[in-house]
Amino acid sequence: MARVLMCPPDHYDLRYEINAWMHLENKPDLPLAVQQWQRLYEQVQRLAQVELVSPAPECPDMVFTANAGLIVGEKRVLLSRFRHPERQPEEPHFRRWFEEHGYTVYTMPEDCPFEGEGDILWAGERYLAGYRKRTEMCAHRIAAEYLQHEVLSLELVDDRWYHLDTALFVLDEHTVVYYPGAFDPYARRVIEEHYNTLYVIQEEALRFACNSVVLGNTVLMPEGCWLLKSLLERKGYEVIPVPMTEFIKSGGACKCLVMFLER
Amino acid sequence: MHTELITLEGHIIDSLTLSKILDILVAAGVDYEIRSFRIGKSHDEPSHAEILVIAPDEQSLQRALHEVQQHGAVISQEDANLQPAPQDGVFPEGFYSTTNLETFVRIEDTWIPVERIEMDCGIRVTRNETGWRAECVPLHWARQGDLFVVGSAGVRVTPMPRREAESVFHFMGSEVSIEKPKTRIVQAVARAVRETKLKGQKVLFVGGPAIVHTGAAPYLERLIRSGWIDVLFAGNALATHDIERVLYGTSLGVALETGVPETHGHEHHLRAINTIRAAGGIRQAVEKGILKGGIMHACVVAGVKVVLAGSIRDDGPLPDVITDTVRAQDAMREAVQGVGVALMVATTLHSIATGNLLPASVTTFCIDANADTVIKLTDRGSHQAFGIVTDCAFFLKELAGELCGKE
Repeated sequence: MARVLMCPPDHYDLRYEINAWMHLENKPDLPLAVQQWQRLYEQVQRLAQVELVSPAPECPDMVFTANAGLIVGEKRVLLSRFRHPERQPEEPHFRRWFEEHGYTVYTMPEDCPFEGEGDILWAGERYLAGYRKRTEMCAHRIAAEYLQHEVLSLELVDDRWYHLDTALFVLDEHTVVYYPGAFDPYARRVIEEHYNTLYVIQEEALRFACNSVVLGNTVLMPEGCWLLKSLLERKGYEVIPVPMTEFIKSGGACKCLVMFLER
Repeated sequence: MHTELITLEGHIIDSLTLSKILDILVAAGVDYEIRSFRIGKSHDEPSHAEILVIAPDEQSLQRALHEVQQHGAVISQEDANLQPAPQDGVFPEGFYSTTNLETFVRIEDTWIPVERIEMDCGIRVTRNETGWRAECVPLHWARQGDLFVVGSAGVRVTPMPRREAESVFHFMGSEVSIEKPKTRIVQAVARAVRETKLKGQKVLFVGGPAIVHTGAAPYLERLIRSGWIDVLFAGNALATHDIERVLYGTSLGVALETGVPETHGHEHHLRAINTIRAAGGIRQAVEKGILKGGIMHACVVAGVKVVLAGSIRDDGPLPDVITDTVRAQDAMREAVQGVGVALMVATTLHSIATGNLLPASVTTFCIDANADTVIKLTDRGSHQAFGIVTDCAFFLKELAGELCGKE
């Protein structure tokens, strides 16, 4: 059974604007956000062992645990180094949780922004990594050394899909689901050459269809992505839509709320 | 004198159905008497008419009844006449020959819907523990002793609903359109595809090799990978040239990037077929990593149901091609169940073959650079088909843009 890390949304809020989705005049409905998180949590719990990290009042985005770091081996984690000062206060909280749970914590050099599993995803024989928006190429090189695996760099070209996990998810070790419009032509070629691919249409990519969590044969997907849902169901997957509207206001959905500790 | 009482119900005056039926009877050389007539008092109240059809002989009566039934006339309250098939593969004499319109048969005073309706078949009736069942079956499915409907008595056909004035297709009419705004037409097709998928029905794509020759394959691939297409019908050619394109970069030996024929390029399609035959089939070639892109690869990855039907001029063919045409028809028959919209692009034979199998309720678009294909299809009874005369590359590019987002 997979093991994942989540963070309850006690202090979730929208207090700054650091991506194309965040608008201070469009704040999340917090009680509704709690309900939506709870729904996701219950579904994830059915399929994986869930660890919880305590939320910190000064970190409204700590719920997005995918950005905490990247597991690079047995009880070894590469901690994130957030690009924006607004999220940097999360780093010590995540560090403490990992240390308390027996992880060896590695960090990136100071001038090397890296946002964890938001930008580097396990994809079978190798890892796929996004850059230009949050994580930089230097982080791919360093992560590859820790991972002892190939890491393929993919350029993100649209501000609305600012983390790799907002534009792509790995369905199985040979199949990638992605929104082509988020990537430059080289990145698309790299993806096409290494994987069987399914495409997400733009309107569903804007509903965070790519920010889905795959656990075995089940896909937890933001609500409203009916075409991708029917495509995956035709392929034999169980798709569970989860309402995510309040987290999308901050530019995140299912996958951003979950970090994989073990697959 | 041979007579039969027919009834007409609905908005038969405004829709001119009554006038049409009377005209048909006159043209068929039979007489009639209007026995009763009740006109709806308001626009939404239906009217009702009972007409006695009087014919000099049984044959002209049946012919006239068969005609008017297709416009909604219900024949008396008789049960359908059932006769056993005299031998395997043969219907009883005088069997009722189906249209592709929604059809019911009356057995023991109950109207039973005919399942899997398609044109030019018979209606087989069976009884099981839950009651009577009627299904539309092709000749070769008939087994000696099976009960079939004979004559038009006890058969009711629902005519196609009149297209609403505000319908997205209204401006297209049923005519083949050559000089209509193409982009708007593609938008209408996109809307139909989207609505079909939203209803949980399937989208069928029937395609010819010109899709590959004209460089439109990547657009079709995009539609498939995004989940818009559920079923693909094609022949050996589309699949072969698509695979040739992926393996060699050519289509019928012509380099798709430059448009220049390559040296020994004419061999490419046969080499492509050989490669797939060696792998054991298209799916196996995809699984072994031999075939890494293209339309056929996308179908495997996206779980699309594919039926490749063969023909006499096929090279190879690919192992996936069904070379027995009757078996291929049956495979197509199975695959069209649940289809709500059909897109027939740049293929004549496969379009007609598919048109033969589809109920009239399936919205059908026929896209071809040549108006003849579209006309052929509508001439053969697929009256629900909308014809769009345009280059398939333009059509698929625009459609992919509409459905997947412009890139």
